Amino acid sequence: MTQTIIDTANHLAGYAAKAARVKVIAAYPITPQTTVVEKIADFVESGEMDAEYIRVESEHSAMVACIGAAAAGVRTFTATSAHGLALMHEALHWASGSRLPIVMAVVNRAMGAPWSIWPDLSDSLSQRDTGWIQFYCADNQEVFDTIIQAYKLCEDERVFLPAMVCLEGFILSHTYAPAKIPDQEKIDSFLPEYKSGWILDVNRPYSHANLVAPEWYMEFRYMIQEAMENAKRLIPQIDREYGKFSGLEYGGLIEKYKCEDADLIVFTMGTMGSDAKLAVDRLRKEGLKVGSARVRVYRPFPIEEVVKLAGRAKMLTTIDRHISFGMEGFLASEIKASLFDQKDRPLIAGFIAGLGGRDVTSETIERIVKKSLKCMHTGRVEKETEWVDLRE
Amino acid sequence: MVTLKELPREEYLLKGHAACAGCGPAISLRLLFKALGNKIILVVPACCTTVIQGPYPYTSSAVPLQNILFESTGAAASGIVAALRQRKIEDITVVGWAGDGGTVDIGIQALSGAAERGTNFIYVCYDNEAYGNTGMQRSGATPYGARTTTTPSGKRERKKDMPLIMAAHRIPYVATACTSYPLDFVNKLRKAKEIKGTKYLHLLTPCPTGWRYDTSKTVEMGRLAVQSGLWVLYEVENGKFKLNPPSDRLVDKAKRKPVKEYFVSQGRFRNLAQEGMERVQKWVDEDWDQYGKLASNSVSDLALYGKI
Repeated sequence: MTQTIIDTANHLAGYAAKAARVKVIAAYPITPQTTVVEKIADFVESGEMDAEYIRVESEHSAMVACIGAAAAGVRTFTATSAHGLALMHEALHWASGSRLPIVMAVVNRAMGAPWSIWPDLSDSLSQRDTGWIQFYCADNQEVFDTIIQAYKLCEDERVFLPAMVCLEGFILSHTYAPAKIPDQEKIDSFLPEYKSGWILDVNRPYSHANLVAPEWYMEFRYMIQEAMENAKRLIPQIDREYGKFSGLEYGGLIEKYKCEDADLIVFTMGTMGSDAKLAVDRLRKEGLKVGSARVRVYRPFPIEEVVKLAGRAKMLTTIDRHISFGMEGFLASEIKASLFDQKDRPLIAGFIAGLGGRDVTSETIERIVKKSLKCMHTGRVEKETEWVDLRE
Repeated sequence: MVTLKELPREEYLLKGHAACAGCGPAISLRLLFKALGNKIILVVPACCTTVIQGPYPYTSSAVPLQNILFESTGAAASGIVAALRQRKIEDITVVGWAGDGGTVDIGIQALSGAAERGTNFIYVCYDNEAYGNTGMQRSGATPYGARTTTTPSGKRERKKDMPLIMAAHRIPYVATACTSYPLDFVNKLRKAKEIKGTKYLHLLTPCPTGWRYDTSKTVEMGRLAVQSGLWVLYEVENGKFKLNPPSDRLVDKAKRKPVKEYFVSQGRFRNLAQEGMERVQKWVDEDWDQYGKLASNSVSDLALYGKI
């Protein structure tokens, strides 16, 4: 029977690892990820979870231990934040290059210096090109559901790639909210036994990941690109399949809200997507035709869906909780790149907001949208990237 | 104790491997496979064995070999051991096989973590006293006076004492070995295989390319290292220190060859002046005073820390 609990997103990530019957967890503590791995430590020590928790001495070792365990044939999980994720960087490439279906919760936190423990997306977005699938969640329930969906996706033979399930620190990680945990039997039938493309096997010995000369390396990279394209097709299917027994769907790659007739669509990621919906509702009451598109999957990037959405709109607004220094927010860049080939492109205005945990409320989003509407009416975007609520 | 005749005939380091002529690590890897058999999983970070095993789509290893990041052998082994335990597989030995740079420098953290957690695996550091794969740069295991490409006039610092650092982790088994004493190495591996927990073997492997000696003299170089007392063969089993042959006969200084004999046999020490050699001779003699005391007392591990 589906069970409803009230808990934090971090604890729900722990519940998801348990529900996915993860066998090896390797993790190192970092704020605000800590309560994920504390929850799992409780599950393992109490025997509720039949798994081994390796208390490694660094995040780099956490990822490498997951690589070792996944290669030796079991489902693995880890979680980290910010500097921990940055320390893993090298191992992230090794995991995707090895085509191992590792799932990791990233509790988003701003990068230092200076120290910050509050959220923005620059930690995980800095890992954009590591070959990991990236999901961004808007609420606690989605964290649980996406982790289960991620295993299903990553262990599909057409994919065999690792995935990050990202959730913003404190906004979700430490915030209690009701969530439904589906019946274990249903999760088990949705997510069968661990599957990977290869395994360390004494009966079929070979060197894994040994030196590859230039005449082969590109083909390995191309296969990762193909797997990403396959993931793009599979994610909406898996989302629907999961929804059949859980009753919840997230729109696959992009959660679209009132976009059908919208003149202006506001693009966000993560929790801003929930606030954007509230802002849309209020703006609609004023007779303004606006919609919200929350990019749920950032890698693979949903180019085709962005194109479809943009075809109907006159104006797109992007809000990035991230900045690529010397350029703009990644979401803005990706959306512009997606639309470059289109004939009648809408105007695009980019906003940077909420870095290092500064609040972005539905009112903030309303203000951003109204500013963008002015651009829409004048037909011109004066400032391509605007920083929101910046102190003078 | 196994004898040469009893060593298995099966070869798990296959022909056509890409090691240099006279490579100490390749000789020892072949022996490691003979000692442990093919029910092992070998974890290899960036090191000479990255090259020795050959490029894709070939391999010279007849056991499953997981290549892994330079600093992470201990972590990868931890994951593999945990997964095998979860799968209830008990007859496979996990072996880390890493060079000196990947052990005493960049890999010390992951190794220390794995040892502290009591990870059930054998870790072998094959030590050719420099970053061999990248063309002989200085490592923490490079000895005083040795010329490397990053210490062109000779290293100014002493070699890091990694086996005793590992003994300080209170793991059940630490041993040193040398390519030139194959049966000692094989027997230590066989013993390690039967012990639960983390087992650490530090293997001195002469390297003609880096040490600058003729490729036919690899065995001789290792013997000289041991006979001069520069490299000491011993075991620390559950905290008990024991010298092994032939080192156990070298407590008396008169029985040790002068270190100078070792130094003049290798091109890497050509910048080491008489004064430097005398300094090393003094260090070696001082160290041996301690080894002698350790061996005669059969001390507990706590005392070990106090003595050295």
